[in-house]
Amino acid sequence: MHKKASIPTYYQQMNIEKIKTDLLIIGGGTAGCYAAITASTLGAAKDVADIKILVVEKANIKRSGCLAAGVNALNAYITEGRTPKDYVEYAKKDADGIVREDLLYSISEKFNEVTAHLEKLGLVILKDKDGKYVTRGNRNIKINGENIKPILANAVKKLPNVTVLNHVNIFDFSVHNNKIDGAYGFGIENDTFYAIEARAVIIATGGAAGLYRPNNPGFSRHKMWYPPFNTGAGYAMGIRHGAEMTTFEMRFIALRCKDTIAPTGTLAQGVGAKQINSLGEVYETKYGISTSERVYGTVAENLEGRGPCYLRTVGITSAQEESLLKAYLNMAPSQTIRWIENGTPSKANVEIEGTEPYIVGGHTASGYWVDTKRATTIDGLYAAGDVAGGCPQKYVTGALAEGEIAAKSAVEYINATVDCHAPLQGSRNDVETEATIKEAEIASHVAEIETYLSQKNSLYTTEQLEEAMQIAMDEYAGGITTGYGYTEKQLNIAKEKIDEIESLTGKLSATDLQEVMYIYELKERLTVCKSVIAHLAARHETRWHSFAENTDYPEKDNEHFRKYVNSRLENGKIKIILRELTAEGQKNYEHHH
Amino acid sequence: MSIIIDQGKCIGCSRCHDVCPGTLIKINENKKAFIKYPKDCWGCTSCIKECPVHAISFFLGEDIGGKGSKVHTEKIKGEKNDIVRWIFELNDGSVKTIDIDPKESNKY
Repeated sequence: MHKKASIPTYYQQMNIEKIKTDLLIIGGGTAGCYAAITASTLGAAKDVADIKILVVEKANIKRSGCLAAGVNALNAYITEGRTPKDYVEYAKKDADGIVREDLLYSISEKFNEVTAHLEKLGLVILKDKDGKYVTRGNRNIKINGENIKPILANAVKKLPNVTVLNHVNIFDFSVHNNKIDGAYGFGIENDTFYAIEARAVIIATGGAAGLYRPNNPGFSRHKMWYPPFNTGAGYAMGIRHGAEMTTFEMRFIALRCKDTIAPTGTLAQGVGAKQINSLGEVYETKYGISTSERVYGTVAENLEGRGPCYLRTVGITSAQEESLLKAYLNMAPSQTIRWIENGTPSKANVEIEGTEPYIVGGHTASGYWVDTKRATTIDGLYAAGDVAGGCPQKYVTGALAEGEIAAKSAVEYINATVDCHAPLQGSRNDVETEATIKEAEIASHVAEIETYLSQKNSLYTTEQLEEAMQIAMDEYAGGITTGYGYTEKQLNIAKEKIDEIESLTGKLSATDLQEVMYIYELKERLTVCKSVIAHLAARHETRWHSFAENTDYPEKDNEHFRKYVNSRLENGKIKIILRELTAEGQKNYEHHH
Repeated sequence: MSIIIDQGKCIGCSRCHDVCPGTLIKINENKKAFIKYPKDCWGCTSCIKECPVHAISFFLGEDIGGKGSKVHTEKIKGEKNDIVRWIFELNDGSVKTIDIDPKESNKY
């Protein structure tokens, strides 16, 4: 008795809130916000006025996700004289064929429509004297996008049938018989556990950063290209519940300004700066100009003793320089301060480097295996934005387009499959059984959280295990240290180390729910790491330099690997599935269960 | 890169806490904001733009070439609309400013 009373149980202090909604959107970033905006106008059939929509976001939708700092161009737009087909061809070429054309068509056909909508919501787009958008290259238009996320968030907040839960971290789906019926999460600042029931779910949690040791592992460890708060939660939840995933081996590595990890595209496209080595030679023409080739060339020049590499900005005009300083303030202010502290771009070339690898379906093609409607292989679960696979080069407008497509599909699913008047389908017994299962799941999740909060004297901290994971991935799964290359033997070591780290997570301790979130985020990253390793090992070729630099197989193998590498977790093991490419020009793809 | 919050200027309105995409800023018992996890800052500057009393500055870590300068923004009245003024307080004591009109797009 005495012993029992002396252990404070967090469970008793934690509120448990049960919420029922029609459509649950997990992640209130670019895709999630636009999914909410779209779904709110669709309504439901069967004489119910509007569907209820719940957006759950672990930060606050005003500045969460990839657009927190702003963006200075829309990189996916069909400019005058171009067609969606041109965009599909561009993305296909950049990924050397391994894309889903149906998915690319579906977003390309919507780029301009969602851009017009954004402008209506308040986004400033640069126009010429005839009122036409000013373009940057063949696919980009210039904007003042510093406030692009607040614009989206404000539009969401005005919707009467949308509720936003900020600062709530979702860490598990509720899936039964391969059908999703909700999700579980907790408020990171309000000691509340959330059990959410939903008729359909859109996952829009973004990709995964922080798997590999970053460029600057010390104080500035989070000064990275991709949001460090995108931890692969959506991937991990799907993987654990057996969703089919695709192309995790096509990692994304950005070519960035050294140290500040600021964008280089603005320098290359804005002022025409070329990539040069330390001898002043332009090397980009030697390796090619696809995204991965630009990174690979920089790595190769360094390995061959011609580093460091730069973007040649010396000699730009003072007017160009002033515009650059402003452009970077709107998207990567750290680069502007660096120029002011260390010398401006007209006087010193800008040193460049490749970042650590990320898993991100909006730039490369890693993510959920979806059909054209963005339905995943879990019934009732739709994916949009960086978490959805097969469709690279989405950028902002592609993420918006996917949010729209996923929202329309999810509402269609709700209307087609659910009688909106009945809370649950099936006989009374089924209802009771289901309720009991739910209660058991809630109790088990809360008990796990309670364990982390009550455990003391953990030998390792979450931070230490995260660092160990990043080192293992860096050294044995093709990080910066090895010039992004890996062998099968190295990948085996990486797998062993990740398994080992995972086995240690059970003993971690936390003092509050934010620290509990950090433990779950670490576990999410470890789950994603295992899929990345399995995918890297499965593609016996090097199709994309740097992104998947398989040192055992340094050549491209069109005969065997013009295929998608997919995977599914079965009985705790990752099963690799090689799938044939969709046909040239194919505009529709359906799952065959 | 990270931020520093001037406790003297902070009015405890909590707006920086609300918008931080990593929920890294907390409010202490004296109703002042502080960054609890400085190494986890992404450098997005959302908090700086949100602060109504310009109490938050950002700086580059020394590991990525920082030289001790601080940057914050202030909203100033322009002819037609508010202008965002970026104020760079350099380590040598000098100050540099760059004004950005939110209604104008980027050149690049």
